[in-house]
Amino acid sequence: MAERKFAWPARKDTTLIGREIPRIDAVEKCTGKAKYTADINTPGTLFCRLFTSDQLAHGKIKKIDTSAAEKIPGVRAVHLFKDVDDEVRWDGELIVAVAADRDDIAKDGVKAVIVEIEQLDQFVDEADLAAGEKAGRKQELGKKNDGDVDAAIKAAKAVHKGKYGIVTISHMCLEPHGAHCQWDGDKLDVHLSTQNVSGTGSQFAEALEIDAANVTVTANYEGGGFGSKFQADEWGVACAELSKKTGKPVRLMLDRATELKVGGTRPSAFAEITIAGDADGKITAWDSVHWGTAGVGGGGVDVTKLPYVFKFENQRAAQIGLACNVGPNRAWRAPPHPQLCALTMMPIDDLAAKLGMDSYDLFLKNLPQVSNGKEAVYADQMKIAAQAIDWKAKWHPHGKAPEKGPVKRGLGMAIHTWGGGPGACKCTVKVHPDGSVETFLGSQDIGTGTRTILAITLAETFGLPLSAVKVNLGSSKYPQSAASGGSITVGGVSGANRRAAQTALWQIFDKVAEKYKVAADGLVAKGEKILSGDKEVCTWKQAASLLGPMPLEVQGQGPAKDGLTSDTVGGVQMVDLSVDTETGVIRIHKFVCVQDCGLILDEMTAKSQVYGGMIMGVAYALTEERLMDNKTGRYINANLKDYALSRIGDIGELVAIMYQPDSEYERGVVGLGEPPVIAPGAAISNAVHNATGVRVPTIPLTPKRVLDALKGAKA
Amino acid sequence: MLEREDSPTASPPREGPAAVSAGAAASGDTSRSGFNRRDFLRGSGAAIAATAAATAAEDAVAEDKPATVVPAKAVEIKLNINGADHALKVEPRVTLLDALRNDLSLTGAKHVCDTTNCGACTVIVDGKPVFACARLAVECQGKKVTTVEGLTAGQNVDQVVAAFVKHDASQCGFCTPGFVVAVKAFLEANPKANLEQILKGLGGNLCRCGTYVGVQAAALECAGHGKEG
Repeated sequence: MAERKFAWPARKDTTLIGREIPRIDAVEKCTGKAKYTADINTPGTLFCRLFTSDQLAHGKIKKIDTSAAEKIPGVRAVHLFKDVDDEVRWDGELIVAVAADRDDIAKDGVKAVIVEIEQLDQFVDEADLAAGEKAGRKQELGKKNDGDVDAAIKAAKAVHKGKYGIVTISHMCLEPHGAHCQWDGDKLDVHLSTQNVSGTGSQFAEALEIDAANVTVTANYEGGGFGSKFQADEWGVACAELSKKTGKPVRLMLDRATELKVGGTRPSAFAEITIAGDADGKITAWDSVHWGTAGVGGGGVDVTKLPYVFKFENQRAAQIGLACNVGPNRAWRAPPHPQLCALTMMPIDDLAAKLGMDSYDLFLKNLPQVSNGKEAVYADQMKIAAQAIDWKAKWHPHGKAPEKGPVKRGLGMAIHTWGGGPGACKCTVKVHPDGSVETFLGSQDIGTGTRTILAITLAETFGLPLSAVKVNLGSSKYPQSAASGGSITVGGVSGANRRAAQTALWQIFDKVAEKYKVAADGLVAKGEKILSGDKEVCTWKQAASLLGPMPLEVQGQGPAKDGLTSDTVGGVQMVDLSVDTETGVIRIHKFVCVQDCGLILDEMTAKSQVYGGMIMGVAYALTEERLMDNKTGRYINANLKDYALSRIGDIGELVAIMYQPDSEYERGVVGLGEPPVIAPGAAISNAVHNATGVRVPTIPLTPKRVLDALKGAKA
Repeated sequence: MLEREDSPTASPPREGPAAVSAGAAASGDTSRSGFNRRDFLRGSGAAIAATAAATAAEDAVAEDKPATVVPAKAVEIKLNINGADHALKVEPRVTLLDALRNDLSLTGAKHVCDTTNCGACTVIVDGKPVFACARLAVECQGKKVTTVEGLTAGQNVDQVVAAFVKHDASQCGFCTPGFVVAVKAFLEANPKANLEQILKGLGGNLCRCGTYVGVQAAALECAGHGKEG
C-alpha cells in the first residue's frame, strides 16, 4: 500500500475549500438566537454593578463602607476588590461589586457605597518624555545597535529627522468583559466572554481554591475580544464568589466606562527618528528613540522589532517606558505591530519626499532589506495593489496635488508582516454509524469563523455537505485547544481536525476495501460516495455503517510539521484619500489590501477578516484614542459617544485582494486575523503626507492634528 | 442617520441613578455613571471623595449620611412583543431593553453603550426604530414592539436576515441583531435607498469587528440594487 500522508487535497480537486461560504452560525447571530455571556439569564440570576475609582487616578483608600448598600432591599451581596490602605493606581480600578435582584437595584447599591480615598500624585502624560522624567516615571528599557549608524548618516545623500507618534487606544469590545457564574454543590459553571476557553478554568480554580476539575468554562459566542479576553480576571472571580455567597447565579459584566478603562488598552509609542538613504533611495541608516506607556509598570512597544519588517545595515534603536496611572494594556490585535508599522513606514515615506521619489519606488528599492524572506511576495503584492488603486496614474510628488481648491488628494502605502503559525490543538472527531460527523475541541469562535472553517475541513475530507457535519467548541470539557490570539487558531484547529479526519477516513477505506473487494489505495470520498477512480463503490452511509454499532472516534492534534500549516505572511496596503485643508477632515476614497495567508479554507470569512482589520485600522488612524486629562488623570472619553469609532459611512471603498497563487495554497493554512489591522495607520498617514506635503506626526489624524500640522508647516 | 424616536439629544429623561447630572456634563464627562458635586464630596455613588483636596466646608458636607434611595414600586404592565402579550412587573425606571433582556429573555437586542450611540439595542416600536436603552418599559404599554426575534418565523427568516447571512455581515455578531433591525426599519421607510442614503441612514449603528462592507452589500441587495449597487 502506498504511504498515507496528511495533506490537503489538490487545489483542483476541492469542492468546499477556498470557496465563498457564509459562516455556519450566521443565522443564529443575525436572529438573536446566539447566546453570549451577557445574555445568560438562568432563573434567579443576580446582576452586578461596580464601584470604581472613577475619576481618580492614584490614591490610598481610607475607608470603605458598604453597610448602607447592603441594607437596600434587593441587594444580595457585596464583594470587595480592595481593602483600606490599598492603593488605587488608575481611573476605573475596581473597588466594590454589588449584586442585586435587578440591575437598577445594583446601581442603587453602588450609589450607597461610601469610599474615601486620599489622593496621591498621579502622572498620565505619556507623550511628554521630559515631564515623565521630571515626575520620576522614566525607565530606560531595551537598546540595540547594528553597524555604524553615525558614519552612515554622515555619508548619506538624504537624511530625514522627524517626530512621530501613535496614541493609546482601548479594545472597546462591544460585549464587555464579564461572566455568568452558577454553582451546583462544589461544581462551578462559568459562562465567560473569553478567547481562552481551555485556559481559564484553572485560573478560576486557583483563585477560588477549588479543584480545576470542578470548573466548566463555556463560551459559545463572544462579542469581541481582540486580544483582551484571555483571563478569568478579578471581576470573573468576584462573580463566582458573589454566586457562592448568595447561592444564586450571578452575572457580572463591566459597564461601558469601566470596560474602556480596565478592559485593555494598546500601548502608545512616540518617537524621534532619523532615517538616511543614498541617491537611489536605498535606506542606509536608522536611528530611533521611542517612548510610551503600557500602564503603571511603564513598558510599551518592544524595541527589538524596530525598525519593522526591514533590517537595515546600520540601525540603532532605544526604548523608554513611562510609568503612568492608566489602566493596564492587553494584547491588542497584532501586538505591537500597528505601532511598529506606523513608526517605521512614516519615516520611510518622509525619506521618499526628501529624495523627491515616488514612495512606491522607494519601498520597492528597499525590499531586498526585508527581514522575513518575503521580498518577492511584497513585490508581487505591491504590483497588484498599485493596479487596484491606479497608483501610477494618480501619483503626484508629495505636496504637489493638482487640485486648486482646499481639498487635496493623495496616495499612501505601507507593508506589514505577521507569524500566524498554528497553535496547539487537540480534538476528537467522531464518525457515527449513520454517517453523520462531529468534532469536539476546546477552542472558540470569536467571530473569526472558526466553526465554519472546521465544518469545511471535515466536510471536504469526508466528501459530505456542510450540513452533515457538527462542530462542538466553546467548552472547557472538550479536548484542549490554545487561546485564540495571534492568528494561531485557524492553522491549529484545521490541522488537528484534518489529521483526525484523514485518519478516520483511512480506517473506513480499509473496511470498504475489505467489504467490496477493492484496493483501499485508490479510494476517494466525494459527493457522499466512496469512489474508486470514477467508479462508485458505495455510498458514504453504507461505508459508515461498516463501523458497526459504535461511532469511530479519532483524536487529532497539532501543530505538526507535515505541511498542513505554515507561518509568516506579508501584505501591502494602499490608500487614496482627500484632505480638506480648511477643516482638517480626511475622506477615504479607496483603500486596498493585498494579503497572503497560505491556503484559504473559506474565502468569504477570510475576506471579512481583512475588511474588519482595515476598518479597525481606519478607526485608529482617523478618530480613535483614549483621552486622558493630564491634570487630573481622568480618562475623559470613556464612552461610545466621545470615543469615536468609524461608522458605516466613514470607511470609503474597501478592496480586499486575497493573494492566492498556487504557491500559497501549497504552503498550507496560515492565520489571518492580525495582518490586515497593522498597516492602516501608516498608509493613511502617508497618504495625508502625499496630499498635503506635511507630515501629521501623531496617529490618529484628527482634524485638529491635521490643522495643527498644516499651521506648523506654514509657520 | 436613521431617525429614531430617541435621538441622543432628545432621549427621554430617565429615572434616578441613570440620569446624568449637569455637573458631569459640564465637566465634559457624559458617561452614564454621572455624578454631581454633592455626590463627589460625599464619596458616594460613582465618585470618590478626594479628601486631600476637601475644604472644611466640604468636609461638613462629607459628614452627611447618604440619602436613602427609595425606588418607585414595581408596577404590573403588559407589553406586546412580536405579536404576543407579556405580563410583567417592573419598576417604572426599568428600560425597555432591560425588560426585554432580563425579564423576558429576549436577548437579541444588546446592552452596549447605554447612551444611544451604538444602535445595538435597536427595536421597532409602532413601526419606528428606537433605542431600547432609552425607552422605559412602562412607556411601551399599548404599543407594538418588534425585536430581532420577531423577524424569524420557524425556519423562515426575514429577507434582511437572509441578506446578512449571504454577505457575511456578522463577525462576533454582538452588534448584528441591532444592525439587522436598523436595516429592516430603514428599508421599510426607504425601500429603494441608494448607497449614499444607506451609508447615512445606518450611521447610528456601530460595529467593532468591521462588518460594514457586508452590511452595505446586504442593505443594497434588499433595496433591489444587487451586489454591485
